[in-house]
Amino acid sequence: MKGFGRYIIFLGSLFVRRETFKTYYNLVFEECVQIGLKSILLFMLVSTFMGAVTTLQTAANLISPFVPRFVIAQVVREMTILELAPTIMAVIFAGKVGSSMAGGLGTMRITEQIDALEVMGINSSSYLVLPKILASLLMYPLLVIVAAVCAILGGYLVGSITGALTPTEYVYGIRYTFNPYFITFALIKSFVFSFLISSISSFKGYYTSGGALEVGIASTNAVTASIIAVLLSDYFLAYLLL
Amino acid sequence: MIKIKNISKSFADKTVLSGISGEFEKGKTNLIIGSSGTGKSVLLKCIVGLLQPDTGNVFFDLRNFTEADKEMKSEIRREIGMLFQGGALFDSKNVEDNVMFPLDILTRMSIEEKKERVNFCLQRVGLEGVNKKMPSEISGGMKKRVGIARAIVNNPNYLFCDEPNSGLDPQTSILIDELILEITHEFDITTVVVTHDMNSVIGIGEKIMFLYKGNKLWDGSNKDLTNSGVKELDDFVFTNKIMRNLKGSIKF
Repeated sequence: MKGFGRYIIFLGSLFVRRETFKTYYNLVFEECVQIGLKSILLFMLVSTFMGAVTTLQTAANLISPFVPRFVIAQVVREMTILELAPTIMAVIFAGKVGSSMAGGLGTMRITEQIDALEVMGINSSSYLVLPKILASLLMYPLLVIVAAVCAILGGYLVGSITGALTPTEYVYGIRYTFNPYFITFALIKSFVFSFLISSISSFKGYYTSGGALEVGIASTNAVTASIIAVLLSDYFLAYLLL
Repeated sequence: MIKIKNISKSFADKTVLSGISGEFEKGKTNLIIGSSGTGKSVLLKCIVGLLQPDTGNVFFDLRNFTEADKEMKSEIRREIGMLFQGGALFDSKNVEDNVMFPLDILTRMSIEEKKERVNFCLQRVGLEGVNKKMPSEISGGMKKRVGIARAIVNNPNYLFCDEPNSGLDPQTSILIDELILEITHEFDITTVVVTHDMNSVIGIGEKIMFLYKGNKLWDGSNKDLTNSGVKELDDFVFTNKIMRNLKGSIKF
């Protein structure tokens, strides 16, 4: 509970003694490049394979003559939009971006760079962390959209190549009884997850004390805590919004 | 001038500082000396506000920093320049951007004005042509110089240096010391240096505060150092054999 209390106080500290809008604009832009552009290839790669594998595994399990083959594409679509793109990508996001945030801030802490900011009269948490959270909120939903598209395309390619279902069946299945609310739901999840991952990772890194070993521990703890928070919130969001 | 009154600080059940009082004069290099683990850096952090003292107050030219509101603290902090033990340069920024950083955040200067000021400060610390180098590409001594340039770039009234010589060879240490002394006199600022380096004590100790196990045992100048009459200070000053042999005949 003490840790949770510190986390809430930490979040509050992001919004006091802020710098100018221009400062944040530049920092958010830099973070967007770090978080978004430098993660996009990994996201595309993972999600394409995820879509492909989901298609093959669904095809291998749906062998009943009473189930039309376009259902495979329907299953891929629902799995991708509801769970694989926002949630599994959140785990990857925590591993890549969250650990990098915690490690970067932890290193800044132990090398007194954060103290240097404080001595200059700058609110270091607001200056360093707020841009990371804002950039995550902006970039992660976009990454989720890219991941969803890649996963569906991956399924299409593998389905066509292996003959699990024809391109026409796949496209028909993707469009069949499509519920646009699921996209909204996935985006709500991605906003929540990106906030949790960026804020928890920053919190773990910001309060690192000690040396290089502790920075490593902070990075690991950041990923663990972020993933737990993502999975818990995933359950509650599904319970509340579906 | 900086005045500290009755500063105490404990961590859990360990008392690090007990009721330290004293003054740091303007236009002088004021040294806080003592052996490792005696509370020098903690005292410095209490003075600059990185740590909140358990008791006592810090006054920057009669302004009570410890009890000031956030606005006032921010205002005073903008008059402070600090050189950290490891330089504390921002890894992601090159030398020029590191030095320019306080100007970017704290002033509304144009980019030309900022570049001019940065070049002046880098020149002042004897660094030219390294503007575009990253901190990882320069030596420890150069990092300290860049740190000094960053500390003075916004014309501070108070300069704090935490162990400016740590990790440097004796020659570079003396150069850094001389630079700190020159800057203090040139810009007429209040400089506080935490050190346990005897070369610094002898070379630039215009005013010295000696800490021992969290207590202030002595203050004076480097000229009075050899006849302080404080056993712990004598033990600290005359640590090595050469100094012990010369004891009595040394005059700084």
